[in-house]
Parts: sequence; structure tokens; C-alpha cells
Amino acid sequence: MEKSKFKWLAYLFIMGFIVSACGDNSKQQSKGAFGDQDVASQVYVSPGEYDEFYAFMSGGFSGQVSVYGLPSGRLFKVIPVFSVDAEKAYGFNEETKPMLNTSLGFIPWDDSHHPELSQTNGVPDGRWLFINGNNTPRVARIDLTTFETAEILEIPNSGGNHSSPFITENSEYLVAGTRFSVPIPQKDVSIKSYKENFKGSLSYIKIADDGEMSVAFQILVPGYDYDLAHSGKGKSHGWTFFTTYNTEESNTLLEIGASQRDKDYIAAVNWKKAEEYIAAGKAKTMPANYAHNTYDEHSHMAKSEMLKEVKVLIPQECPGLIYYLPTPKSPHGVDVDPSGEYIVGNGKLSSDLTVHSFSKMLKAIENDDFDDEVDGIPVINFESVVAGSVKSTGLGPLHTEFDGKGNAYTTFFISSEVIKWKIGTWEVLDRVPSYYSVGHLMIPGGDSKAPFGKYLVSLNKITKDRFLPTGPELTQSAQLFDITGDKMKLLLDFPTIGEPHYAQAIPADIIMKNSVKYYKLDENKHPHKITSEDEAKVVRKGNVVRVYMSSIRSHFAPDNIEGVKVGDKVYFHLTNLEQDWDVPHGFAVMGARTSEILVMPGQTETLVWEPQNPGVYPFYCTDFCSALHQEMQGYIRVSPKNSKVELKWSVGEFDE
Amino acid sequence: MISNLLVKENRSRLFMLLASLMLMGLFLFPLWKIRLEAAQYPNGVNMYIWINKITGDTPSTLQNINILNHYIGMQYIKPDSIPELKYFPFVVIIMSLLGIVVAFSKKRKLFITWGIILLVLGILGIYDFYLWEYDYGHNLSPNAPIKIPGMVYQPPLLGSKMLLNFNAISLPHTGSLFLGFAMVFNFLSFTLLWKKK
Repeated sequence: MEKSKFKWLAYLFIMGFIVSACGDNSKQQSKGAFGDQDVASQVYVSPGEYDEFYAFMSGGFSGQVSVYGLPSGRLFKVIPVFSVDAEKAYGFNEETKPMLNTSLGFIPWDDSHHPELSQTNGVPDGRWLFINGNNTPRVARIDLTTFETAEILEIPNSGGNHSSPFITENSEYLVAGTRFSVPIPQKDVSIKSYKENFKGSLSYIKIADDGEMSVAFQILVPGYDYDLAHSGKGKSHGWTFFTTYNTEESNTLLEIGASQRDKDYIAAVNWKKAEEYIAAGKAKTMPANYAHNTYDEHSHMAKSEMLKEVKVLIPQECPGLIYYLPTPKSPHGVDVDPSGEYIVGNGKLSSDLTVHSFSKMLKAIENDDFDDEVDGIPVINFESVVAGSVKSTGLGPLHTEFDGKGNAYTTFFISSEVIKWKIGTWEVLDRVPSYYSVGHLMIPGGDSKAPFGKYLVSLNKITKDRFLPTGPELTQSAQLFDITGDKMKLLLDFPTIGEPHYAQAIPADIIMKNSVKYYKLDENKHPHKITSEDEAKVVRKGNVVRVYMSSIRSHFAPDNIEGVKVGDKVYFHLTNLEQDWDVPHGFAVMGARTSEILVMPGQTETLVWEPQNPGVYPFYCTDFCSALHQEMQGYIRVSPKNSKVELKWSVGEFDE
Repeated sequence: MISNLLVKENRSRLFMLLASLMLMGLFLFPLWKIRLEAAQYPNGVNMYIWINKITGDTPSTLQNINILNHYIGMQYIKPDSIPELKYFPFVVIIMSLLGIVVAFSKKRKLFITWGIILLVLGILGIYDFYLWEYDYGHNLSPNAPIKIPGMVYQPPLLGSKMLLNFNAISLPHTGSLFLGFAMVFNFLSFTLLWKKK
């Protein structure tokens, strides 16, 4: 009896030791063997298996969108959007150059910040992904059947399109608010005349059933910095909320100048009211000049058209259109909880989060409970609209997303952490460090009416010692957390493209079933396509030479071309005749002052070559397409300007 | 209902009609399927041989098979250049019509004869299929990029065989089942079900 008691005590002692050891380990971000194994199995996707989620991450200053799998953190594709991409000939071939046209001409770069999935009934539906271009204000639409940029719309009357492209719950509109106020219309004025001359604009972009975007209307607003936005959902559907900073209207040293007031505003826009005002003819038509670029997946070509006017609403003339909600300390992100009731203002210079109530806002509006008015925009009494605040949380809150289980998660840039708190009670439930300086965070569907939950990804600006060093320039990173339990659990660090500014994720099965495998050759409407090798030809018109070329494993037709002269402009129109999955062919010719082209099955792309010296120049397939890929090559002969060499072409003409 | 019919005098005629009707199934389903399996083709490449056409899983399957085959110098498989695909359908239709005529005759011998003709035609068809396979597998271009001495690429008539990196699997498909039904129904019509006088 005594003996067995002793055994029990010894057993308990050992168990207690193991448990406490495990506990210590998990506090130190699971360095222990048990913890790591457990974590590894959560992010391990076996070879040949699929990830559970697609994550679309913005490339920030790379201008692109990257596609990752979660939970593995594997990179699948970089979709070129606002920046040229020599790998894919985006912005280099004749077909895609118009995509990057603007009112200021061809622009090869932008700063892409916020990917936004299209929604139906407030839930991501996987049709399209939208993303803003910050520097030269634009919005792009990516088709999620082809994972290619299908459309880019320039935003007129804007400077710095940052509060964009946040979408409404049935993809009626996405918004585009100016981060940098500018003279509207643009004019040559003294910068010091900021308060007098500078304006902001909040644009509403209509999304048609086929996805095509158009600027429905713009609201001209005081010259603040309109930083971020989110549309209402459920009960607050019909409203959009924009954060502002620099309500001081400072035009220099903003780190001081724009940080003086205790409170800035969240602008609440009633866009259904805007629609009424438009229908009632209250909008003014303003002359404008902005590009609308569309890519047709059947002609495989983009076109750019310039639009010349835009509808504008002025708040003074449209009562009830817009209200200001005072919000402490230069709020950055504004996030609406899944119910649509709570509007979270992330005051980036504060340690607290301010949460407004939508129903209190409606009541305050009904009671004319206003403190002030700015250019016809009523400022609602702070106490009448605030629902609560999350106290002493950290420092520098930036963004909040939701798990659909009543919890919210907020990033803190300065204290470099993610904090979990409860909606309604505002109590802090958990906090984890991020490595380092987290900006946005993302939960799959986390800004929608019905978050998919399960994971949280923090998007970090700084990595320092987290990965192998690569000289002064280091990667930025994403960190994956498991949020299924009470406590957040760090699973994985992985490097990203450019700046992973913001991201959105969606269950893979919503998108993967719609993914196009190849373009159908009989639907190819490119004006310079050929549909069989028999149609291959070379045509001269003045000094323009068009080569109608085909590629199929493992040769080009034609692959011998003569009769081209110095001073000619040679268009290689290459059609990939393959009709099978994953059989691209590339094309490059020596001395071309442009990128290769990479042509998908059934597609036609064009490379322009201007030969400068007589000689014979090789061309070849750049994509390792097949067993005889190395043999997939040809020659083009260039003769002097006045030569009499006749134009001829061939393939497979062997010597006797 | 059906058992009612079966006990009636006309049960053998009914089965003869059914046998004729079964032949129409050859226009609804492929007779044979050749499946090619290789590492790069996780879903396999499937080719279907019908009485009147050759198809694949997608409209471009045949093109993709031809692209692969050109490396070993195999002729392109062009359904238009295979005359059997044009006249076999007529043979089937004629057999079916004949079957209907036979069903209304009173001579058991005609029932048997129709069955024997069908059997002979079936065997000839398979032999013809074998000849085409032989031709495609042996009659290779001397300029082929991939030439392996002694290697021929005839797919099996029945079963599977490794052809370089591809495992070729050849099996009858639903159409052949209908052909089989036609033969069974015909057999029943002049044996078990024949009304003893």
C-alpha cells in the first residue's frame, strides 16, 4: 500500500515535470521537439497534395500580386499587374503594353497595396481579385479563371489611391479614396495654399456583371488624407467608412504637422443616398482624362481608351450623403465586424482601439447630434457614436480582422504584435509577438460577413534575423498562425515578394475548379493568329515585316526566314498551336531590345524586333517545352538596307 | 409484363428484334478504349474508337497523341484517312435492318445465319483493328528523332504494354458490350426461346 502510494507520487512528479517543460517550450515559440513536430504537421502539405487556401498577397512596391498556398506558404505564381514583367512579357509584348497606359502615357511600375476579392452576399466568391495602384491612381481587376490581369482603370481627380479597392457586399462598387489631396482639377498653385486649393475625392467604381469597372461617381471632400476604407455589411450595407489623417491640412513635415489633433475622422458615406442624388440629377459632370484598359482573353490583346468626363457630387449640395465620426489619433485601418454593427478605428498613434457603433451612428444622425460641420459635412458627437474601446492593448494599432466567432485580431506595428480581443466586451484575450513590425493581417474571409477563419497571417515589414541574410536588402515576410484554439499559435514564417502589404485568402475549392487549362485555338480572335502550320507566312508592307509563326513540339514554323533588311520593323506574331495543359512555348531572338514572349497554348503574342546589322540571327524557344526543346530553334537572315534578297520562309526543307 | 411477353409465342422474335436494336448502341458508345499512362499525364490520355469515329477526352486529345507520336515517327492518326470508319456504320445499319426482317421470318435457319454473319463481321472488325494497330506501330518514319533499334510501338489488342515511357492499355468499351448483347440475344432467340413445334 505504502509502496504504491510512493509510485503514484513519483509518477505525478515526473508528469508534472514534463507538462511544465512543455509549457515553457510553447512560451518560447515552440523550440521543443514535441512542439515543432506538432506545428510541422500543421503546415506540411504532402508532395502532390493541395493547400487548403489560396492566398493572394500584394507585392507592395513590386506592383504585382503573388499567389501562395496556405498553410504551406508555397509560392505558386506572381501575377503581373502594375509593373512590367520581362518573364511573362507583360508590358513588353505588343498585346499587353496598353494595359499600362495612363493619362500620362505608359507607366511601367506602381505600388500595389490591397487585394480585394469580389463578394456575393458579403462572402468572397472567387470571381475576381481587385487591387489598387497607389502612385498613379489606378485599380486593377484580375480574372481568377486565368490568374491574369484583365482590366486597369485609372482614377481621375486623385493623388495616391490608397483607400482602395474595398468592395461592397454584392460587388456593387469598390471604392478609391485619395490618400494625397491635390488641387481638383489640377492647377499650378502654391503648395502653401493647401487649405484653400487642395481637395480629396472618394470615387465609387461600379462593377458590371462581367466584372468591367467604370467610375460611377466621385464625392469631392475636404483636403485630408483618406487612408483606408471598408464597406458596411448586413445592417450597414449601403455605407462605406473611410479613415482620415491630416485633418490638420498640413502640407509639410506631416509626421509632426498631421499628428497635432487629438482626433481625426472616419468619414461615413451613404452610397445608396449618392445613387438617389445621381438619379435626381444632382451630379455635376466634370471634364477629366483617364485611361480604361481592358484585356480580351479571346483576342489575347489589351486595348486602352481615354475617358473624358466624370460625375461629381458635392457634400454641401447633398445633405445626408456623408458624416464625420471623430476617431482618436490619426486612424489607419477601418474595419467593420461581420455583423456590420461595429466600426473599428485603428488609431495608429494610440494604444487604444476605438470602436464605433453603426446603430448609435444612425441614432445620432436622426437626433442631429452634431458637434461641428466641415464643408457641409456634419461631425457627429464622439460620445454619441462610440461603442467602446479596447484598452492598453499595445502601441500603434493598424488593422483588424475577424474570425466569425466573436473575436477580433488587431496588429500593432510599434509594439510588433497581434492582439486578440472580444467584440462587445472589448477585453484582450491573447497576444503574440510578430517578427517584426506587422502591418496588415489577414484571416481567410476575415473582412467579410462570414470569415472562413482557421488561420491568421501577419504581414511583416521587417525581418532582420529571421532568415539567412542576403546583404543589406532583406525579404519581408508573412507569418502564419493557427487561430482555432483560445490562444494563437505561430506555425510558419515565409518570405514574400516585394512588400506583402495586404492579402486575402479563399478556400481553394472555390477557385481551382474554374481554373482555365489552356486557351482554345478555335476561340482565338487575335488579328495576326494562325491556326495551323500551313498558314505560316511572312508578309512585307513597306519596312514592316510580319512573321505569322506557329510553335508546336518541337519546332517553329517558319524556322528559316530570309529577305529581312536593316531598318525593317519585324513583328513576330507567334501562335502556340498546342491544345494541352501546361505546354507553353517561349520565343526570343538575338538582339531584340525587349523581353522574350511566353505564349500559352492557343494564345498569340507579338515580339517586335528591329535588326540593326546585317547577319544571320538565331531565335529559339525559351521554355523547356519538350524532349527536343533544345532543337526548337531557327534563323533569320538580315541583309543590308538596299539588298535584293527576296523574302522567303520555310520549315523542314532538307537539302537533297 | 415482361414475363408475360416471354411466355408468348413471339418471344424468340422479340429477342431477335432486341438483338438488332442492340447494334444501334454502337452509335452511342465507343467500341474500344486505348489509354496511355505516363508521369506527365496524371489523368492519362484516353482515345476512344467508335464504329464511325475516333475521339479523346477533349477535342484536342488526338492532336496531343499525334504530337507525342511524331517523336517516334508514327504516322498521324487521322480519322478521315481511315475508310473503315466511313463504311462500317453502313454495315451495322444494314445488319440491324436485316435483323428486323429476320425477326419476322419463320425460319430458324435465318436467325442462325444472321448470328453467324454478325460473329464473322465482329471477328473481321477486330482483325482490321489489329492490322491498323500493326501499321501504326511498325510503319515508322526513317527520319524519326527517337529511333530505338528493334522497338515497335504497336499497342496491344487487349491488355497493357509498355511503349517507352507510356503504358498503353487497350480494352473493349461499352459499344462492345452492346455488340455482345446483340450476339447473346440472337443466340437465345434460336435456342432456348425458340418455340418448339
